Amino acid sequence: MGNVPTTVKHCLSYEQLIQDYPWLRRWLLLEEKTITGHAYPKFVKIVEVGPRDGLQNEKEIVPTGVKIQLIDMLSGAGLPVIEATSFVSSKWVPQMADHSDVLRGIQRAPHVQYPVLTPNLQGFQDAVAAGATEVAVFGSASETFSKKNINCSIDESMLRFEEVINAARERQIPVRGYVSCALGCPHEGHIEPSKVAEVAKRLYEMGCYEISLGDTIGVGTPGSMFKMLQSVMKEVPTSALAVHCHDTYGQALPNILTALQEVWGGFVTNLLLAGLTMTTVFFCLCPGNVQASQSVTLFYQHPETSMGVCVVDSAVAGLGGCPYAQGSSGNVSTEDVLYMLHGMDIETGVNIAKVIEAGDFICSALCRETNSKVARAKGRTL
Amino acid sequence: MAAVLRLVNRGTLSSAMGQQYLTFSSAPKVGVRAGQALPERVKIVEVGPRDGLQNEKTIVPTETKIHLIDMLSASGLPVIEATSFVSPKWVPQMADQVEVMKGISRIPGVSYPVLTPNLKGFQAAVKAGASEVAIFGAASELFSKKNINCSVDESLQRFNDVMKAAKEAGVPVRGYVSCVVGCPYEGKVAPEKVAYVAKRLYSMGCYEISLGDTIGVGTPGSMIEMLEAVSKEVPISALAVHCHDTYGQALANILVALQMGIGVVDSSVAGLGGCPYAQGASGNVATEDVVYMLHGLGIQTGVDLSKLMDAGAFICRTLNRKSNSKVAQAVCKL
Repeated sequence: MGNVPTTVKHCLSYEQLIQDYPWLRRWLLLEEKTITGHAYPKFVKIVEVGPRDGLQNEKEIVPTGVKIQLIDMLSGAGLPVIEATSFVSSKWVPQMADHSDVLRGIQRAPHVQYPVLTPNLQGFQDAVAAGATEVAVFGSASETFSKKNINCSIDESMLRFEEVINAARERQIPVRGYVSCALGCPHEGHIEPSKVAEVAKRLYEMGCYEISLGDTIGVGTPGSMFKMLQSVMKEVPTSALAVHCHDTYGQALPNILTALQEVWGGFVTNLLLAGLTMTTVFFCLCPGNVQASQSVTLFYQHPETSMGVCVVDSAVAGLGGCPYAQGSSGNVSTEDVLYMLHGMDIETGVNIAKVIEAGDFICSALCRETNSKVARAKGRTL
Repeated sequence: MAAVLRLVNRGTLSSAMGQQYLTFSSAPKVGVRAGQALPERVKIVEVGPRDGLQNEKTIVPTETKIHLIDMLSASGLPVIEATSFVSPKWVPQMADQVEVMKGISRIPGVSYPVLTPNLKGFQAAVKAGASEVAIFGAASELFSKKNINCSVDESLQRFNDVMKAAKEAGVPVRGYVSCVVGCPYEGKVAPEKVAYVAKRLYSMGCYEISLGDTIGVGTPGSMIEMLEAVSKEVPISALAVHCHDTYGQALANILVALQMGIGVVDSSVAGLGGCPYAQGASGNVATEDVVYMLHGLGIQTGVDLSKLMDAGAFICRTLNRKSNSKVAQAVCKL
């Protein structure tokens, strides 16, 4: 940058600022890797949804023993979170009728979470009785989808979830929130990003520790993903967000990549950095101000300064088709996500070979080919 | 505005139920991008009729090839690689090269490049009416030897003759570099080697260099490393990416290439063309899926996705197989 005063250099270049004050990176929680001007998280947490979201779509009932073995193999692969089953009524989801047996039968690896779906208080109580230590609730950004899927409006579903979350809080059980139809609805079509943000905010404020934003019909593209995340990040800190991309239109990996990318502008960013410094100092003078600390967190995550989601949902072997496009793919394959992340030197703690093995196992049990391109290529390389 | 656009889109698309989802692949305004500096327009180079069909074991009838190319022309694709003037002894699928060139209905403003591995092929191509040609180098020595039976430098020497003749005839030449991030024999390929070959082709006179991830092993990480090395030697405006989807990474790789300023993408209708190095695995990225992503980013391509899907449906019916395009699979099953 030549013969320019240091303060000006810092305003003009975030890279220069960080170079001269490396401690700033830690202070700003900037644990990122940079690949050509785009920062990425150093670590991405994979939430494996194959055993629940994947198998739930299977027409044939999968034996309990197979489900348990699948989950045990996935635990052995190093996945930090494995959605084990769902405590919905077996009348609606017969595939998950063996929920208690599955939860009791799996070998729980230390440091691995095994969340289960609990659509209502009854489900929550059954889950706890069966030993659940983390639960999940499923909201929707689309009224029509909510009514058709769980037979109630969004507001009514929030009331149900509030009961679950309150009961969970008493038992110190963390709750994860899902927002489906985040990028499109099979009934309503386009979904406004602000609606997704509104539902995400409600779940977060009710007490969900993480909100997974689901592209339920896989219609999203990096363009719509970016817009939706921009909107949601105004209401929920990025650190509490996850993306759940379906690959129905082949867009899952670029959508995930977009969510992971942190965007840093030059001058604007550094104005904001200066602003947040002053804001942080101010709020440090008011300890215990929860809303203030939330505002500061949101300020750090201002959409102009960062995307950087670092939690990704995926399903081994791409289990779980799209019920709205028969025969089309649904969940993105964990193997394909891992291949991309590891290729970018992003750590996940997961052994991809063992995930492929688990995928091979479940595909043999289901008598079908994997939906994972990585697994297919590895299986067929000369 | 979004509602108006949806109405407009629905009017122009067919009334089939699945088509409504294609409206998701149109951003409400130009310039809706993932916060990055993306090109406003991307040129799609359709390689299905050549790179795609070349991988078919059964010989595809000439009429089918011609009809496919004509349907692709009608979809608005600006470049369609029509055939290959290699010896039919090596590539019997392309034996009808002259009939195909003479049989297609050429749309003004659309290019129909053909492969010409040597001077003889070039001369035959020009005689058959070719007005643009392409030559194929490799960034891997072993791949070059096994694929075209000579070293990288020897192949570049052969291309000199083609370049010279093309220059005299005023025929533009596109250069391909294969194995840009990985080789089935050598493994990882050094970005500097890719840059060397790309630079040689560009200096020889190729107007554009298409960088091919031949076995689809690349990820955004290796892709960017390679593109950074190459762009030091060849202007970004002269680069294209040719990503294979064997490991499902193609669209992510294309996205990072666009973010680096690359504005030309090769793809194949219906994802025609498997990977000969991983039997049964996918190869070329599907044009439909690329166009869906680009339109969703507000990037113009000039391509009518609906008509493109018609072309894909036609060739898949003829080959009696399922499309490799996820967009096509999704839309057909709603």
